[in-house]
Amino acid sequence: MLRVKPDQKQRIELTVNGRKYSGYATPRLLLTDFLRHELGLYGTHVGCEHGVCGACTIVIDGAATRSCLRYAVQCDGLELRTVEGLAVEDGALNDLQKAFNENGALQCGFCTAGILMSVTRFLEENPKPTRKEVTEMLSGHICRCTGYEQIIRAILQASGQ
Amino acid sequence: MSDVADRWVGTRYPRKEDAALLTGNARFIDDMEPVPGIRHAAILRSPHPHARIVSIDTSKADELAGVHGVVTGAEIADVINPIPSAIRVPIKFYPIAIDKVRYVGEPVAVVAAEDRYIAEDALELIEIEYDPLPATADPKFGASGDAAILHDDVGSNLVHHRTFRYGDPESAFENADTVVSLDWRYPRYASTPMETYGLVANFERQPDRYTIWSNFQGPFILHALMTGALGVAGNRLRLVTSPHSGGSFGIKQAMFPYMVLLAGCSKVLGCPLKWIEDRLEHLVGSSTASDRADRVEAAFSNDGELVGLRFENLVNVGAYVRAPEPASVYRMHAASNGCYRVQNIFVDNRLVVTNTTPIGLNRGYGGPQFYYALERVMDAGAKELGVDPAEIRRRNFIAPEAFPYNAPAGATYDSGDYETGLNQALDLADYDALKKRRDKARADGKLFGIGMAAGIEPSGSNMAYVTLAQTPEERAKAGGRSGGLGTATVSIDPSGSVTVKTVSTPAGQGHQTVAAQVVADALGLRPDQIDVVTEVDTLTSAWSLASGNYANRFSSVVVGAIAASAEKVARKISLIAAENLEVAPEDIELVGGEARVVGVPEKALPLRRVAAQTHWHPTGLPKELDPGLFETTIMNPPMLDAPDEQDRVASAVTFGYVFDLAAMEIDPKTGEIEIVKYVSVHDVGNVLNELVVEGQIYGGFAHGLGGAMLEELVYDAGANPQSGTFADYLCITAPEIPELTIGHFNTPSPHNSLGAKGMGDGSSMLAPTAVANAAADALGTFEIELPLTLNKIWAQANGQDYVRAGAARAKVGDGPHEDQGAGGGLTGGGNVELSATPEEVWKLLLDPDTLASVVPGCESLEQQGEDKFIAQVTIGVAGIKGTYDAEIELRDMVENTNVRLVGKASGALGFGNGEGLVSLKPLGDGRTMLSYSYQANVGGKVAAVGQRMLGTVTRLLIGQFFRGFERRLKSDGDQIGFLSRLFGRRR
Ligand code: FES
Ligand code: FES
Repeated sequence: MLRVKPDQKQRIELTVNGRKYSGYATPRLLLTDFLRHELGLYGTHVGCEHGVCGACTIVIDGAATRSCLRYAVQCDGLELRTVEGLAVEDGALNDLQKAFNENGALQCGFCTAGILMSVTRFLEENPKPTRKEVTEMLSGHICRCTGYEQIIRAILQASGQ
Repeated sequence: MSDVADRWVGTRYPRKEDAALLTGNARFIDDMEPVPGIRHAAILRSPHPHARIVSIDTSKADELAGVHGVVTGAEIADVINPIPSAIRVPIKFYPIAIDKVRYVGEPVAVVAAEDRYIAEDALELIEIEYDPLPATADPKFGASGDAAILHDDVGSNLVHHRTFRYGDPESAFENADTVVSLDWRYPRYASTPMETYGLVANFERQPDRYTIWSNFQGPFILHALMTGALGVAGNRLRLVTSPHSGGSFGIKQAMFPYMVLLAGCSKVLGCPLKWIEDRLEHLVGSSTASDRADRVEAAFSNDGELVGLRFENLVNVGAYVRAPEPASVYRMHAASNGCYRVQNIFVDNRLVVTNTTPIGLNRGYGGPQFYYALERVMDAGAKELGVDPAEIRRRNFIAPEAFPYNAPAGATYDSGDYETGLNQALDLADYDALKKRRDKARADGKLFGIGMAAGIEPSGSNMAYVTLAQTPEERAKAGGRSGGLGTATVSIDPSGSVTVKTVSTPAGQGHQTVAAQVVADALGLRPDQIDVVTEVDTLTSAWSLASGNYANRFSSVVVGAIAASAEKVARKISLIAAENLEVAPEDIELVGGEARVVGVPEKALPLRRVAAQTHWHPTGLPKELDPGLFETTIMNPPMLDAPDEQDRVASAVTFGYVFDLAAMEIDPKTGEIEIVKYVSVHDVGNVLNELVVEGQIYGGFAHGLGGAMLEELVYDAGANPQSGTFADYLCITAPEIPELTIGHFNTPSPHNSLGAKGMGDGSSMLAPTAVANAAADALGTFEIELPLTLNKIWAQANGQDYVRAGAARAKVGDGPHEDQGAGGGLTGGGNVELSATPEEVWKLLLDPDTLASVVPGCESLEQQGEDKFIAQVTIGVAGIKGTYDAEIELRDMVENTNVRLVGKASGALGFGNGEGLVSLKPLGDGRTMLSYSYQANVGGKVAAVGQRMLGTVTRLLIGQFFRGFERRLKSDGDQIGFLSRLFGRRR
């Protein structure tokens, strides 16, 4: 096992949205800080840094994950999906993003990236959720602007309902 | 969307802002590195609610590798002045404690380092000796003569007191048929935007100047206070706002002291500093709405006419009167009559400082508290008179033909039709059916209640309403204050593209979209052809004191300035096109991207070409025209005059209207509330964008409901904050929100050219009251205290006293309890049966070696003198582990019988003090019953984030202690070793 000193940086290589990335991290560097300040992927946001608000949610090896509760060094070699990878080819909005736009599902947009990533995984598993299931799923996210109703509508619309 | 709409304003145009936000392309403050060489700052904050700073030693922190420097309050006081206040009291408000801390979370030192991690490491190395003072978070106790004084120079914790009378309240009350009153408390909560405060501050020389990039929301009147504190001219403090801001709801107004603090640190340390507040800092040290302890009285005639109102407001302003306070108690003042015709009003405003975070703007700013008084006392009156709550409101509403209406305290209500809104709400709720349902539920022994609340929503503030805090004489001396300037610029560049600058610093309210709609209508373009810049750069933007995003000023004031600028551009284009096309300017219309002759669509010029001419061929323009297309409007809503000598002030430009109705069923077995119906009807004047308006309504509703049901920033009786994480401060989430039925009707405002009114507060002001009224109806009492948490409602539904689990909270009206030497907090006790004689137990109990080996997490323990121990222990609570220096004294020792332990502990993560009583009783058989009880007060980070766990952790540690003690007894004495079950029973 590799041993590194607390302030010693080491190279982390991982895949984000299908592209190879690398950067340096001390053992205690949070994944959020690594993504944002080392890789410049600012789309992932930090709302609490203690695992409650859901703003930092990304998909790690297929699982929706709070990136504020991970260390960058834990993610060496893993596959990550972040909000930057959602748009289709030419940068146009995908169906979920479109549904958010059409339904007014975001205001300040600070919570949105985390919600989009959770919902993306959620719909992959449950493509036709009921309103109740959507509401329950959203309980893992805090949004202070929207009051959630328009988010629920957007998710239902994106799932073709 | 079609290419040519008749009118974009009023449609459901999806927001322009969204695409960047949905794809991760929007930039917030923490995404910005506007200058090279940034060091990262972390702030050391007081763990004590009230204490003198005896000494600060930063040497160890300074030496840590990666640290750039440490700044203390004393050093800051050398480079800045105290921040001016809106009221005249001898309080020196610095953004950092100088010699005394007055609330938990108050900054005491700033570290700048290579990165935030190192900066936070260094915070733990700063050694501060505090001399704790008594503290309180309770406004009533704080205002009583018994509380410790926060600001010695003031000599009292009451820092502001003014009374106002309009009409003849004394005779109204004397001659009234019925007078009802309520004493009420309002909890402290906050809108907690998802993005916290953030800034980059940079001091540069030649000339000396500051630049601060931040997610500050304004109002930019605070710029003047910041220049005062920093001691520079206005143009030497450049404030630049980030392109996006992750919510604010008023809260980001209160970051200006941090802007001053970090600017000062940048000067001291000679480098640009970035500071991003973390969530714990935000929850204990940013800003909140005010908690209140007030009284309201209402006088009615027998037929239900409201003839007089009397408000006695006691506002907990926190530890300092941070500007724009005391505005929160004056924002609604000019509209103290609410929706009603009542003319006789008495208002008594007192502000008290307590050992809590200073208050500030928060969604609804003063409105939720105001309506909690007015709209609950209306219900109390209805009940007293036996009138339906809807009916009593109907009887007192200002009639639709009375607008514009001059309210007794000075507001001019622009337009309204309050009864129509009420009727619509009753229809949507099917009020009669709901009442039948209530009858049936009650007949079945259930708790069912219906509540409602009506309110006006003042928008577009008069900057002068705050000066009501001064007497007319003081105001006259200070010179006139009035107005609320709105500014906007519309320009077309040489390539023909259109840009709007609004300096409205939105945090999610869709200003870009609405501005684009307004300008698209004026210029005959599509909203997507118009770019909107909402940031402020005080060096380059057209801004003024009122700029920023608060008091719903965008749709009440700023849109008017945007429309006016767009009109100027349109007129210029029409003039040029008219000359080119050889027609009269009146015959030109701007449609579909062209300037064309009315009725002759083929006679047209592309708008871009006409616009470009002003840049490329200015000499060829019609003579009366100035070249260029860059039109700025600075407009002052003319009604926003200075307060008059009778303390009347036109406090706002537009007055929207909200009527909320809630119905709930309470399960007395669990205390659970089910909101079975919620209807909200709004008059926002002309709707500018339906989707945006709807979003604001849902959002405001969620905030109001959160405040009613869940959200509270709790302080224990010793003024230690208990809500440091989102697991303690419970923001409302999706499953907790009931279905909302929305109704609309519009009375266009005559106070702006688009007929729109401000509308961002909405139900955040009324939901707490509508829900409280429903709960009062269900429980049959007006003694309702928000938030309506399960425990509280269960206790009330079952006739029990309510005690918050885990932390003793000052009950209404109490200060710290007298019998709680340690000031509240944790209490507990139990019995342990030990298999040794009292003498053996006693010996072991006082033996340092034994204690060192059995105290959980004990790293060292030393006896100092006969009855004193000092120890170092490492304890983890709720994921935060820290080392504490403890000092334990043994008092009242009666050998082999009992001893009182008095101790205190402190460490980087917090402190505790408390005492315990241990007594031994022989049980015969060589056994002993050990009884213990303790009470402890825990403060600092560990209390703020670990409050939920403290009780459990304490019990766990005590369990560990006695298990260790058991092992020790066993190994110490064979004679007792095998008599297993050293403690058989613990309670
Ligand atoms: S930032 Fe990760 S859950 Fe809040
Ligand atoms: S859109 Fe602002 S927090 Fe969700």
